[in-house]
This record gives sequence, C-alpha cells and structure tokens, in this order.
Amino acid sequence: MKRKNVWVAALTAPVMIAMLLLLAGSPSVRADDQSSAAIAEVKIDNFSFGPQTITVPVGTTVIWTNRDDIPHTSVSTEDIFKSKVLDTDEKFSYTFTKAGTYPYYCTIHPKMTGKVVVQ
Amino acid sequence: MPKKQDRIDQQLQDLNHDGVDRRGFLKCMAWACTGLVWTMSGGIPVSQAFAKKSDKDASNGADFSFVQISDSHIGFSKPANTDVTATLQTAIDKINAMSQRPDFIIHTGDLSQLSKPSEFDTLDQVLKGASAKEIYFVPGEHDLLSDNGEQYLQRYGKGTKGTGWSSFDHKGVHFVGLVNVANLKAGGMGSLGHEQLEWLEDDLKGRSASTPIVLYAHIPLWTIYPDWGWGTDDSEQALSYVKRFGSVTVLNGHIHQIMQKVEGKVSFHTAMSTAFPQPAPGTAPSAGPMKVPAEQLQQVLGITDVNYVVSGRSLAIVDSPLGASGSSAAGNSGGGR
Repeated sequence: MKRKNVWVAALTAPVMIAMLLLLAGSPSVRADDQSSAAIAEVKIDNFSFGPQTITVPVGTTVIWTNRDDIPHTSVSTEDIFKSKVLDTDEKFSYTFTKAGTYPYYCTIHPKMTGKVVVQ
Repeated sequence: MPKKQDRIDQQLQDLNHDGVDRRGFLKCMAWACTGLVWTMSGGIPVSQAFAKKSDKDASNGADFSFVQISDSHIGFSKPANTDVTATLQTAIDKINAMSQRPDFIIHTGDLSQLSKPSEFDTLDQVLKGASAKEIYFVPGEHDLLSDNGEQYLQRYGKGTKGTGWSSFDHKGVHFVGLVNVANLKAGGMGSLGHEQLEWLEDDLKGRSASTPIVLYAHIPLWTIYPDWGWGTDDSEQALSYVKRFGSVTVLNGHIHQIMQKVEGKVSFHTAMSTAFPQPAPGTAPSAGPMKVPAEQLQQVLGITDVNYVVSGRSLAIVDSPLGASGSSAAGNSGGGR
C-alpha cells in the first residue's frame, strides 16, 4: 500500500508541473476557475484580427469581439465555423476540439484574414 | 487649387501625347462651391463654367442627365454620422432642386449598413420622394449580409441576373450594372466571377463601337489601394470587353471619396458617400468611417450628376457636395479652392 501511494505521489508532481508549464507557455489562454475549459480572445479592430495568428490547445474556445465601428464576420475558409454578422461589441465563439490549422477571414472585407492554430 | 490643376494639365498633356484625344480628353473645368466639372469631349474642347445657380448651364444642350448616389449606409449610427437618413434626404433634396430633372438615379451600393429590412424600408421611404422615379441599384458588400443577399434581390433585383447584374439602354447609351461584392475570396478584393464575365462579354457583343458605355459597380473596377481591398481582382477581363468602344465611363462607390482616372477611352470615377467619408489611401490605420468636424460633414458627402451630350458624345461628370461652402469660383478653368 505504501509503495502505491509513493508511486502516485511521484507521478502527480511531474504531471502538475507539466500542466503549469503548458498553461504558462500559452499567454493568450486562461483556464476557467470553475472548469478546465480554456478561452482565447481575438479582437477585431481597424479592419484586422488581433492577434492575426493565435495558437491554442485543443478544447479552447476562441471568442471574437468586434471593436470596430463597421460590421465584420469571422468565417472559416474550410466551412468549419461561420459567425453571423458582428456589429460593434458583438461576439462570436467557437470551440476547437481537433488539432489543426484553421484559416479564416471576414466575408465582408476579405482582405482581413486570420488563423487559429490548434495544438 | 493650383496643385490639382497642374495634375490635370499633366494628364491632358499625357493624353495628347498618347494620341488618344481624337476620342476624348478630360479637362477639369472648374471647381465651384457646388461642384467639380469634368467634361469628356470627342476631341472638341467644351468649356463650361459651373456655378450653383446655373446647373442648367452645365447641362445646356445635354440630351439627358442622371445622378449617381452611393454608400447611403442606412442603419449606420456612429460619431462619423449619427443620422445618415438625414444626409441621404439632403442628397435627394439636392437632386430635386436641380433645374433639369435627371432621367434616373443610379445607386452604386451599400444601400444599408446591415441588410436589415428596416434599413431597406427607410431607404425606400426617402427615395420615394426623389424627382427621378427610375432608380437602378447594384449592391455593396453591406447589402448581402442576410441570406446570401436574398433580401436585396427581392427588393432591388427585378430584371437582374445572378447576384444582381443587368444592363439597359437609355437614349443611345448602354448601361451595365455589375456586382463585384458577392462570393469574395479570403485575402482578395472585389470579384466579378466567371458567370458574370461571360454574361458581360455576351451582352456587349455586336454593339457598335460608337455606343457610349457606362459601367457601374460598387467596388472600384480599377486598383486604387489593394491593402484596403480597393479594387477588383478580375476587372481586367471585364475592361478588355469594353476596350473597343469609343467612350466608356466607369462609375463606382465603396471608397467614400472622389477618385478619377483616365486610361485611353475609359474614364473611371468614384463617388462620395451620402453617409460618411473615409480616409485617403494609407493615411489612416484602416479604411473605416472618418470623423470630420460637424460643420465640414456636408462638404465631404455628395452626389454625382452626369450629363450626356449626344452631339459631342460628351459626358460631363459633376460632383456636388451636399452643402455649399458659400465661396464661388465659377467661370475659372483651373480656379478653385
């Protein structure tokens, strides 16, 4: 019994450290206190997505907020997600459950492009 | 405005050296408190002073005139203009005050801000009071935001094809309304698309090269500023179809400011918005609405009056700000402010 407990203790510490490192390494991601869901934010302003490329862990919910005084959209080029038209202060969120690279753009102003990299 | 005149004189010189003035040359006649007069003439100089009270003179002898309005953005309400319906009304009042009633109005898109039914309703209400009862539309990107543009097509798409393109003839001039704001590709600018280009080529086939052509579309059909999407990716092909015609005028909106270019027999012109101005290319972080002091707003919004003279095959394009500045420079070619 004692040995098993020792093993568990020995495993827990490195796992905890690894988790902390993971969270520390992704500054744009914050862990919700209530659950383990991660959230990342993209601000839309001046006809651009900021940050233009965002890297997040699998399971992250990305929230786009339009701070511009013109409506924009956030639409995946691979038909994976599609926001409605976002007027000023409106938000759109999508949870990325699979790793991959997800390019997207504003369908109203197509020069506005962005990318979500899910690892 | 000596700088402007220098630039125009240079353009004229260039045109002369190109040897294209047998077909037309462009000359800025005057900058009056109410308008910038451009006259394109078939090799014959046409000097026309333009002053506020005599817009009749400007259209003297014109077989007909029409007005272009653009970018009304009904529904927009931000510091740049908190009452776009009122400024649209001012534009319509201005049209109604013209001594010669325009034959029709062309709206080059962004009728609404968010394609909402209430916004289109308000627009229709204001336009109902226009003296010109015939109004032609092409959509802007703001008009196709719901149901892939179904709302827009239901209201303004009668007689049009595809995403809303069409053509019509008026007193010998052939007008073509094009849609370059649908199915836009990531990273791209405006786009006409294969189907529309095929239709355009067919539409122009067999027409006499002496038929004056007017193309109108929302986003400029020439590349003004790619970084801000001010251009149309496949416009070259469209312009190749009109190359053989003797007089081609391209009217666009989208950029909320006047820009002009002459390339051979094709004259390009973008109109002011009736809602809010936008910055000149590269002078601001983005192309968004530009706030100006309240007393200046009426100067940076406007309408475009186009007068067509059959005999000289000339089109006089007159841009008029919504508000008069009170100063007058009538009768001076190259005079200005």
